[in-house]
Amino acid sequence: MTDTPIRVLIAKPGLDGHDRGAKVLARGLRDEGFEVIYTGLRQTPEMIADAAEQEDVDVVGLSILSGAHMALLPRTVQLLRERGMDDVLVAAGGIIPDADIAKLKDAGVAEIFGPGTSIGHIASYFREHARREA
Amino acid sequence: MNAVDELASGERRPLARLLTRIESGDPELRALLPELFAAGRGGHVVGITGPPGSGKSTLVNALTGEWRRRGRRVGILAVDPSSPYTRGAILGDRIRMMEHAADRDVFMRSMASRGELGGLAATTWIAAAALDAAGYDPVVIETVGAGQSEVEIARLAETTVVVEVPEMGDEVQAIKAGLLEVADIIAVNKGDRPGADRAARQLRAMLSTAGGRIERAPPPVLVTTATTDEGVATLADAIDAHRTAARSPIEARERAASQVRRALADLAARRATAAPAWDETLRAVADRELDPLTAAERLLDGW
Repeated sequence: MTDTPIRVLIAKPGLDGHDRGAKVLARGLRDEGFEVIYTGLRQTPEMIADAAEQEDVDVVGLSILSGAHMALLPRTVQLLRERGMDDVLVAAGGIIPDADIAKLKDAGVAEIFGPGTSIGHIASYFREHARREA
Repeated sequence: MNAVDELASGERRPLARLLTRIESGDPELRALLPELFAAGRGGHVVGITGPPGSGKSTLVNALTGEWRRRGRRVGILAVDPSSPYTRGAILGDRIRMMEHAADRDVFMRSMASRGELGGLAATTWIAAAALDAAGYDPVVIETVGAGQSEVEIARLAETTVVVEVPEMGDEVQAIKAGLLEVADIIAVNKGDRPGADRAARQLRAMLSTAGGRIERAPPPVLVTTATTDEGVATLADAIDAHRTAARSPIEARERAASQVRRALADLAARRATAAPAWDETLRAVADRELDPLTAAERLLDGW
């Protein structure tokens, strides 16, 4: 069963309308053999956590460019944990200042992928760190 | 408490976990299958299919809103194709259904077809049984209809809704075999576009004279605009009305026959590929020493 595809939810929390990066990543991960559930724009942390719960994904990838990451990302992690998804890997991408990265990691975001990160790198990271279980 | 008992709680997490095990083919679930099937609560299994871009997801979203107003708990399986090359998939049906994400009485799961022909995953019927056992009614299965997939969904669903758009083409397109033949109900969606009523009239005219499964009355043709909810309540009524017909002994038997045939084919293929003679048989067929039918007969008889 370890060869079943890794399921990844790609979501855009908050109000910025720029989803080019999220879509490029979704397609790139598909080509890397992942099953990618794309939820579209303007999601609340509650919607993302509820979707992740129903989809029982291995990874939640959050793309955010609006600057509201310090409010939205820790909240999403918290809601996932409240729903019992302790083992889901949460990663973020977008425009996130270096100064915030340590704080986000403390809040449970496993990794932050800035502009210029290759899809191959993200795919390898997900393969290495996503929960894999029966 | 086993995985089937846990479904009765109505909680999302046990259902979500069970669906993951179903999808990944967890061998331990095999023993639970009779129990899962027996735990079914008689939820109406509704298939929604149609060409890409016809608005299936948006229509399922609108129908879900209507069913919720009627106090129903809605379960949805949205099946999208997996890449045959990388096995990856993009499952995008949630984009148009996120308004129901936080509703505790709506459960939606995206499924990749994982290499199955026919557009449905081999495990879709088990996943539908799980949603039924968890008390969802209707259980909606949404899939792209292109090729054989619509026939697959008609085998599984009690009521099959085919979604078309006004620009679907002329009368000759409509009478080509396939998609429309499996329809119990046809929804001409995007009804706010020019020509929707005309397309619906043409479809009704064709279907009333098309023959085919002549023992059946022609399916109702409805015009819907999923984005404004226009016609959606009428469609929900038509789906409910079809439930009784779908459960007539003749229809139920026909569905059972296709389901068992499909299971039989899967089982035969799985056993044959595991047989010791498999590799040698393939070599013989590849070298044209043996025709495929005789090869299959020998593999079957060898058990």
